[in-house]
Amino acid sequence: MADALAIVGLRKSFGGLPAINGVTITVRAGERRLLLGPNGAGKTTLFNLITGELRPDGGRIEVFGRDTTGLRPDRCAHLGVGRTYQILTLFPRITLVQNVVLALLGVSARRWDPLTPLTAHAALWTRARAVLARVGLDDRADRPVVETSYGEQRRLEIAMALAQSPRLLLLDEPFAGLSQPERHLLQGVLAAIPRDVTVLMIEHDMDVALALADRITVLHYGQVIVEGTRAEIVTHPRVREIYLGG
Amino acid sequence: MGFWLIQGLNGLALGGLLFLLSSGFSLIFGLMRVANLTHGAFFMLGAYVGLSARWAGVGFASSVLLGGLAVAVTGGLVERLILRRLVTRPPAQRTLAQVLVTLGLAFIIADGCLWLWGGDPMPLPLPAALSGAVRVGTIAFPFYRLVVVLIAVVVAAALWLGLERTRAGAMIRAGVDDMEMASGLGLPVSRLFTGVFCLGAGLAGMGGVLGGPILSVYPGLDTDMLPLALVVVILGGIGSLSGALTGSFIIGFIYTFGQALLPDLAYVILFLPMVLVLVVRPRGLFGARGA
Amino acid sequence: MKGFAVLIAAGLLAVPVVAPPYYVNVASQILIAAVFASSLNLLVGYAGLTSLGHAAYLGFAAYTVGWLTTRAGLGHLAAAVLALGLTTIMAAFFGLLALRGTGLTFLMITLALGQILWGIAYRWVSLTGGDNGLTGLTRPRPLGLDLTPPAAYYLFTLAVTAVTLAGIAMYVRSPLGAAVQGSRDQPRRLQALGHNVWMVRWLTFVLAGAAAGVAGLLFVYYNQFVAPGVLALTSSAEALLMVIAGGAGTLPGPVVGAAIVVALKTIVSTYLTRWVMLLGVVFVLIVVFMPEGIVPGLARVWRTRWRS
Repeated sequence: MADALAIVGLRKSFGGLPAINGVTITVRAGERRLLLGPNGAGKTTLFNLITGELRPDGGRIEVFGRDTTGLRPDRCAHLGVGRTYQILTLFPRITLVQNVVLALLGVSARRWDPLTPLTAHAALWTRARAVLARVGLDDRADRPVVETSYGEQRRLEIAMALAQSPRLLLLDEPFAGLSQPERHLLQGVLAAIPRDVTVLMIEHDMDVALALADRITVLHYGQVIVEGTRAEIVTHPRVREIYLGG
Repeated sequence: MGFWLIQGLNGLALGGLLFLLSSGFSLIFGLMRVANLTHGAFFMLGAYVGLSARWAGVGFASSVLLGGLAVAVTGGLVERLILRRLVTRPPAQRTLAQVLVTLGLAFIIADGCLWLWGGDPMPLPLPAALSGAVRVGTIAFPFYRLVVVLIAVVVAAALWLGLERTRAGAMIRAGVDDMEMASGLGLPVSRLFTGVFCLGAGLAGMGGVLGGPILSVYPGLDTDMLPLALVVVILGGIGSLSGALTGSFIIGFIYTFGQALLPDLAYVILFLPMVLVLVVRPRGLFGARGA
Repeated sequence: MKGFAVLIAAGLLAVPVVAPPYYVNVASQILIAAVFASSLNLLVGYAGLTSLGHAAYLGFAAYTVGWLTTRAGLGHLAAAVLALGLTTIMAAFFGLLALRGTGLTFLMITLALGQILWGIAYRWVSLTGGDNGLTGLTRPRPLGLDLTPPAAYYLFTLAVTAVTLAGIAMYVRSPLGAAVQGSRDQPRRLQALGHNVWMVRWLTFVLAGAAAGVAGLLFVYYNQFVAPGVLALTSSAEALLMVIAGGAGTLPGPVVGAAIVVALKTIVSTYLTRWVMLLGVVFVLIVVFMPEGIVPGLARVWRTRWRS
């Protein structure tokens, strides 16, 4: 089986300043990889490059053996790349279930249908509610997003990404700003994701993140500093330096 | 030979008028990020006020200043009473609201002018000192058009000096460059906005009076001038004074020669460059901040 | 809701029976404006793209059908089909240009394209008749029916309007329509979900142009005359007014807006010379105090009063 994600020598600069400075990462299929690093290390930029929202200046990205370097975001989505965002980007005026339906349509040929009413596609709506149930939001499915809490919106973010049936799931700080019970709930959701989905996660909440991760990659100033298992990372001197020293 | 010279000078004169019209638009757009679609109406209002002043026997220079002042005051009221209320909206809605409001105001001002001054086109009377022709060999060229070019250059120089050498100018330049940073550093945003809006409106108003003897004053002058201001600013760059100057003269030439050589397609020649610039460089036009 | 719809349908059909010919004509004009405004609403309200050059499509269709029937001697059906086809092609091409940007860039490009067309109509006198426009046009005779009496033309317009608005409603309620609205609110997210945002916008642009073309045909048949004014900036601005005043992004909004603007232009103008100023004032007030438009605004007021 091809690696879920193979990045080689990736580079990206903004106005002369390198944000990603020669990054090489390999994530095996089914792995749970945690991406660590201080703010500004380039983690979200890396995500944007993988999903096609940014074009790299150099290097190569392969998803399940397919070269996706510079591929448009919608094409990447069709190849099985799904993501959540650090800053919520939900569709505010519509309901939770309508949000999920849009996500389901994104990977379905039905999205080009200009004739039949969307409400008539019963299968879509059933599946959407099922996805919401996975994140514990099915009782709130028909509420508009603006009438839901921050924690519920974060869970909706996850639901949208899961609705895309991704093979590679990129989670950008999914636990940010959540309360303890919400964090617990989300942990359960993520742990329940089957191993045919590869997960790459950016997170600052250490306890939660370390529990979920198989391997960890640490980024700093756009470069990979160290990569290894939890035990290896926690005792690594450079990691201690980055987080506790300078 | 004579043809080219005359049309060239006509183009210069039109360019001068366009500079007065569009410099204000460019400043307002550059600093406040407001596409002021009332700007054509400002030009027209100034022209009508100047017209009444001339009929009342006021001197030409004073009429120009009076027209500019009247429009500057109108602009100030518009900015304080109406545009200010839209500032609190989220950015995507704010742009649309500003466009729509300035559009509505243009309707109001245009109809107001029609009400007060009627529907007949009227030339603005020139004083004897400025009328007449200048003779160069066999060519006679209206003296006033040369005056307009001169005034435009003087105003451009004054604006440049104001922007480069005064504190207010420095604040304006800072605000055009990076509003967030500038206001964070303590720029008096509110007063600056009103000031620049008044300045821009006033320039348009003066332009209207100065254009009166050449273009005449008539209902519809606003919708004739507004698109020209847009073309100039698109070509010359938002918030750039030098861009407004070069753009104005380029458009002045294109329009004048276009009118003379290809009257059927005069408008196409005018707006085609605008479309081309926008299509080829949609982002570069509006700078790093994007559209 | 069903009962409400039946009531409206009955009312619309009753117009030629209860109203004098002048008002029947006003009603026709309202319907034509409603189609035009609804077509613009696809862009402004549903796709979130503000255009100030939409009159280009109405005007082009009007001029084309006028030219084909008076100068090229084509029959009404052939001229109409050809005009609509050419308008759609023009919208497809202009859409490629305009969608190079969004927001203000889109606005500027559409404005410039509209001005180019207006300039051609105004200046290329040999082709378009210049300021005098094209005269001597006639109304079509579908199935041999005579559309000269106001009532007959009204019912024809009503039928065409109903079909066009139904088509727009169908589009808006479809999966593609949902994607269009998503592209308005979160274009980046929508793209990352797998939708092709540019294509969604372009298809909407073409549809909006085609629908405006339909309005153009209704317009030219009604007036039996077309002049450059129909392509002027004011024409596009008025349509924008109708959409915003009534409520962008809703189906009844543009219809209500059209009714208000046309009523002001025709009926109010006979009593009040300063109706343009009133139009401007109404517009400014709506944008400042009721920015979502009259239909959603009233719905909101109704809901809050109902609750208390």
